[in-house]
Amino acid sequence: MNIVEVPQGRLKTPFHARLAALDTLNQWHEWKGYTIPDALYCEDTEYFAIRNSTAVFDLTPMTKYRISGPDAAAYINRLVTRDMDKIRPGRVAYAVWCDDRGQVIDDGTIFHLTQGEYRLCSQERHFAWLQASAIGFDVSIVEETADIAALAVQGPTSYSVLNKMGLNGLDQLKPFGLMHFDFDGVELMVSRTGFTGDLGYELWIEPAKAELLWDALFEAGKLYGIRAIGSRALEQARIEAGYLAAYEDFLPADTTVRTGRTRSPLELGLAWLVDFKKPNFNGRRALAEEKRRGSTWRLVKLDIDGNKRAHHSYIFPREKGNKSEIGFVTSAAWSPVCKQNIAIGTVRMPHGAVGSSVWVEIYYQREMHWSRAMARATVVDKPFWFPPRRSATPPGQF
Amino acid sequence: MTDRYDAIVVGGGHNGLVCSALLARAGKQVLLLEANDRVGGAAVTREFADGYSVSACAHLLYQLQPSVRKDLKLDPKLVTSDMATIALGDDGEHVRVEGRSVTGVSDADAANYRAFHKRMTRFAGLLSTYLNKTPPRLGTRDRRDLLTLGRLAFDVRRLGKKEMREFLRLIGMNIHDELVERFDSPLLKGALSLDAVLGTHLGPRSPNTIMTYLYRLAGNHGRVSAPAGGMGSISELLAQIAKDAGVTIHTGKPVERIVVDNGRVTGVEAEDGERFDSYTVVSNADPKRTIMQLVGARHVEAGFTQRIHHLRSQGNAAKLHLALDGLPDIPGLSKSDYAQRILIAPDEDYVERAFNPAKYGASSPQPVLEITFPSFRDASLAPAGKQVMSAVVQYAPYAYKGGWTDAAREEFEAASIRAIERYAPDIAQQITASELMTPVDIENEFHITGGHWHHGELTLDQFMFVRPVCGAAQYQMPVDGLYLCGAGAHPGGGVSGAAGRNAARAILQKEKAA
Repeated sequence: MNIVEVPQGRLKTPFHARLAALDTLNQWHEWKGYTIPDALYCEDTEYFAIRNSTAVFDLTPMTKYRISGPDAAAYINRLVTRDMDKIRPGRVAYAVWCDDRGQVIDDGTIFHLTQGEYRLCSQERHFAWLQASAIGFDVSIVEETADIAALAVQGPTSYSVLNKMGLNGLDQLKPFGLMHFDFDGVELMVSRTGFTGDLGYELWIEPAKAELLWDALFEAGKLYGIRAIGSRALEQARIEAGYLAAYEDFLPADTTVRTGRTRSPLELGLAWLVDFKKPNFNGRRALAEEKRRGSTWRLVKLDIDGNKRAHHSYIFPREKGNKSEIGFVTSAAWSPVCKQNIAIGTVRMPHGAVGSSVWVEIYYQREMHWSRAMARATVVDKPFWFPPRRSATPPGQF
Repeated sequence: MTDRYDAIVVGGGHNGLVCSALLARAGKQVLLLEANDRVGGAAVTREFADGYSVSACAHLLYQLQPSVRKDLKLDPKLVTSDMATIALGDDGEHVRVEGRSVTGVSDADAANYRAFHKRMTRFAGLLSTYLNKTPPRLGTRDRRDLLTLGRLAFDVRRLGKKEMREFLRLIGMNIHDELVERFDSPLLKGALSLDAVLGTHLGPRSPNTIMTYLYRLAGNHGRVSAPAGGMGSISELLAQIAKDAGVTIHTGKPVERIVVDNGRVTGVEAEDGERFDSYTVVSNADPKRTIMQLVGARHVEAGFTQRIHHLRSQGNAAKLHLALDGLPDIPGLSKSDYAQRILIAPDEDYVERAFNPAKYGASSPQPVLEITFPSFRDASLAPAGKQVMSAVVQYAPYAYKGGWTDAAREEFEAASIRAIERYAPDIAQQITASELMTPVDIENEFHITGGHWHHGELTLDQFMFVRPVCGAAQYQMPVDGLYLCGAGAHPGGGVSGAAGRNAARAILQKEKAA
C-alpha cells in the first residue's frame, strides 16, 4: 500500500521563515489552512507602506486553479458573467461567478496565461463547484495553490523596486497585464494586479525559489521603503479601494442556508461585469429576470460624517422617526489617506442612489459605557482611493 | 432548404407522434425526425427470428390515456382489453388476479385484497387526474400554478381525514411492508411486488414502490390490454394520424444536434449535415441525451447540467423473446390462460433477492418475469402453429460489471429459462430461436440513455414538480424554444401518450400567452 504523507496542522507558506524573522507582534491567523500575519510590527506603519512606499504581502494561500483543455475557454465563459473572449492571452480579468439563480458564489481574478490556459484565483475554495461545472466540457481543473508562491508588491515605489531588481520592461505593462521573466533559471510571472487600489504588482514563482525572490526583492527595495505587511493593513487598503471581500460584503451563495442572504452581481455594484450579450453563462436567465424586475439590494459606498467607525451599523433613511432600517454596513474603516470615514454597505432598493444621503447608527464605547450616534452618510460612486498612479503607464519612477 | 418549420420534433416515439399530431392539428407546420427506419421508438413490433415478430420493448398497454385516444380519435384494435394476471405457483397452484378479485388464496387474503384494491384504485384515481396536467411550479405566484396546486391539495384532502393520512403514509413507502402486513399468500405478495417494481431499478423493499405501483394502476384503472399486431400497431396508427394532420415525417434521419444560437433554439442538424430550421424544437429523446448530447452543456447553466447529469436513468429490465414450436405445458393453466399475463415471482422476498445482485452490477441468478404469449391471440405474429413468448425479465442492470459480454448475456438468458422451466418443464424443447435485450441493447436500438423505459427512474424525487429535474418540469427546458415530450417528462413512461399530449398543450399555451 502506498502511504502518502500529507502536511498536518496549519501550513506555512514558502515565505514563512522570512515573515517570522521580521515579526515582532506574534499575531497570526489562519487563511485557507495557512499561517498569515495579522500584522508584523505596526498595523498603521504597514498600511502607510502601501500608500507611501512599497508593501509586500504574502498571498500564497490565495486559492489557485489551473484550467486547461480544449474546452477551457468555453468553460470559463460559461462559468463567469463577463465575456472572457475579450481577455487575450497575457491579460488578467476580474470576474464573478454565480449559481443558476444568479447569486454570487465568489469573485476573483482569471489569468489568461497562454491561449486556452487559465489560472483562476479566489479567496475561497471552489473545487467542487468548478468540477461540477465541468460536466459536459473537455477541461482539466487542477488545484495549484501549494505549487505557486505568490507575493503582492504594492505601493507607489513598487515599480521602482521591481525595476531595480532587474525586471526590465515592466514600464510597458498596463494594469491587468502579465509578463514573464527569468529568475534564477525559473519562470517568474509578474501581473499588474492587486487588492489595494494602488500601483502594484503580484509576483508568482515556484515555491523552491520563494526565499530567493524575497531576498532579491527586499535587497532592491532597501532605499524604497519596502516593508512586509500583514492582512490588517491590506484590509484597510481594500476598503479604500472599494473592493469586495467574501464573507464580509457578500456570502458565497453555496454557503448560505437562509433565503435572501445571497447577493447577485447586480446587487453588488458589479453590473459592469455582467455581459448579457453573451448567449449563456451561469445565472444569465435569473439575472436577466432580475434586471427586468429590479433588484432587491444595492451595494453602497458611504462617506460618513465624523470619525467614528461605522462597523456593522444599521443604515436608516432618516436621522429620526425611522420605522425600520434599510440596510447595514458590511465593511468600515477610517481612511487616513482620504481623511474620510468610509464604509461599504448593502441597502434595500430603491434606497442608496448615488448622491443621496442615508444615516448610519454607530454604537461606540467610551470607558466601558456604550453610546449611540446617528451620522449622515453620502452615497458615493467612485472608489474612495483611486489615484492616477494606479493606472499610469509607464508608472512613476522614484 | 430555408423553409422554417413551426416546430421540429426530435424522435418519433409514441409521445413524439402524439405531440407532433396535436401541434399539426393546431395548424402548425411540423417536422418529425426519427433516427430509426421506422417510427414508434420503443413501441414497435419487429421480427426477431424468421417469421416470429414481437413488441420489441413495451409489450403491454397499461396506460394509454383516454384523453389521448379522444383527442386524436385513436382507436387501436385490441386483442384483449382486460388481461388477468396469473402468478405461477408450484404444482399448478396458481394465484389469479382479475380486477378486484383474486383466487387461489385464502378467503381472508381475498377479502383483504378487495379492500387493498379499492383503496389503491382510489389513490391511483387521484394520481391519474394529474397525469394529464402540466405539473405546477412551486414557489411562483402564477395563477395557473397556484390553482393546480390548490386543486391537488383539495383532492388529497377530499379523500377524507383517514384516507388522506393513509395516502400520505403510503406514497413514499415501500410496497413490501404494506404487503406483509396485509396478506399471507406468498404468490400474491410476489405478484404485487413485481407489479410495483416492473421496469424500475427498485426492489419491493425500496422506498417509493407504492408510488410506482399506483402509477401502474393510474393509467387505465389497472386494466392491461394488448394491441393487435403488437405495440407497433399503435405507433403505426399514430403515425398515420400525424401524417393526416400534416406532419412531415422523416425516418432514418438521426439528429446530430439541436442548434442553439444566442440562448434559443434555431433548428436541428441531422447526422448527415442537413439543417432544419425552427424556433421550436421538441425533443422526444430522454433528458440526458437531449441536454448533454443534442444541446450541449455549454448552452445550459451549470446547476441544471448537474441535475440532468445526476438524473437516475439506468434501466434494469431486460426483454426476452422466444420463438417457440408450440406453447409450453404449464400445469394448472387452462388453454385460455395463455392469453393472460403470467408472472414468475413466487414471493416478495424472491423479488427482493432477485434485485440484490443488481445493486452491485450483477444480474439475478433467479430472475422475476412478466410473460405473455402474444401469438396466442394474434396469429399474425408467428408462423402457423408456432408461438412467440415475450417477457420482461428482471434484474439486468444497465451498468453490468464488466459489460454485457456474450457470456454475461448467455448466463442471464439461461437463468431466465431456468426460472421458466420451474413451471414449464418443457420450455427448453420448444425454443427454436431467442433474443435477449438488455438495457444496453435497448439503449442502442431505441437511443434511450441508460435503457430505462421511463427515461428516468420514477421516484418521488424525479416525479411531477421535479420531473425530470427541478427547473424543467413544465416541458420547457431552460433554453428558449426547447421542449421535452418524452417519458423523461411528466408523468413518465409506458405507452400512454400523456407526456406528448401535455407537452403539445404546454407549447400551444405558451404561444397563446406570448
